[in-house]
Amino acid sequence: MSMINYASREINCKLVYYGPGLGGKTTNLEFVYNKVAPGSRGKMISLATETERTLFFDFLPVDLGTIRGFKVKFHLYTVPGQVYYNASRKLILKGVDGVVFVADSQIERMDANIEAMQNLYENMAQHGYDLTKIPFAVQYNKRDLPNAAPIAELQAAVNPGWTVEEPSKHRTVADPYHDSEFLVWQQDGHWIERAPYFEAVAVTGDGVFDTLKAISKSVVKTLG
Amino acid sequence: MTGASSWSFREDDSTRIHGILRGFLGETNARTALIVDRTGQLVATVGEAPAFDPTAFASLTAADFSANDQLARMLGEAEFGALFHQGERESMYLADVARRVILVVLFDNRTTLGLVKLRVKPALGQLTQVFTEMFNRDGTSAPGVESAFLGEAEDEIDKLFGA
Repeated sequence: MSMINYASREINCKLVYYGPGLGGKTTNLEFVYNKVAPGSRGKMISLATETERTLFFDFLPVDLGTIRGFKVKFHLYTVPGQVYYNASRKLILKGVDGVVFVADSQIERMDANIEAMQNLYENMAQHGYDLTKIPFAVQYNKRDLPNAAPIAELQAAVNPGWTVEEPSKHRTVADPYHDSEFLVWQQDGHWIERAPYFEAVAVTGDGVFDTLKAISKSVVKTLG
Repeated sequence: MTGASSWSFREDDSTRIHGILRGFLGETNARTALIVDRTGQLVATVGEAPAFDPTAFASLTAADFSANDQLARMLGEAEFGALFHQGERESMYLADVARRVILVVLFDNRTTLGLVKLRVKPALGQLTQVFTEMFNRDGTSAPGVESAFLGEAEDEIDKLFGA
């Protein structure tokens, strides 16, 4: 729920990085923190355990500057990925404007990815939000590892798409990020939509800003 | 509901809230009152300007309140309507307003918890009225952003995050 504060002329948008444990959510935020000009970002807060596993969340505010008289800020959050921290994970989703699902490309983590995605849908539904109707992107991280699964396999498992019910949306939409791929298409008489995806190596920063740019643009579009 | 609902905070809302909180701070001698929404965004600050990063403070406040809300439910309570954190010199008192925002009062030894608790009740009543009116009018009068906003925002995103 992006809040427009007409008194202080501010718009704040909440982006949440979700996904399985050790998938690279915190690494995404750390890379953004280190690369964005210090004047454009606030302090990064990490509520982590002694072994640097996220306990509650990481938080990084990024300032987009003043646009048409409004100061626009993105508040980036991560959730703890470990399965047993679900209560904390759910709390962080409150008021979310856009979600990035950070999947771990390693073939051994396929089940963990699927479980985390199901958990995301469930937690969103419990807040009364529909993931298919808000800005949402999938990032396949750790593409540099030798045991990374092929993208097609990951897409089929993690981001297979959902049926588009609304007739006004029954039109082919090309994937602007990948040639000859689609975000909305017709298959066996049904219209299917899926989230845009990005390949990344978060430790080196590859794909981190591509993902962030895409999700923040989608969120800004919802303000109009 | 498909996504979280947006809400807007107008100039006249700000004037009313500042008036209520200034009165409360005057009566109690507390230093600062902040309004934080439950998603972690700072809505208003009244009184002495805090020395800390208010954005980070707001996100932690919301997380603190939400975690305690869940603890309350585990104990069979609907909620903990208020929380108190006591320090050696600085303390904070947090209270729910209309289930959507949190009032945070920062105070030191120039006042007492008892006085803060006593005076916060009428202030909470008035704040609840203002916020309930704000949330009820949502979606009907929120002016939104100008059409040129989107293009300019996209340009800024490209600049900040690399084109």
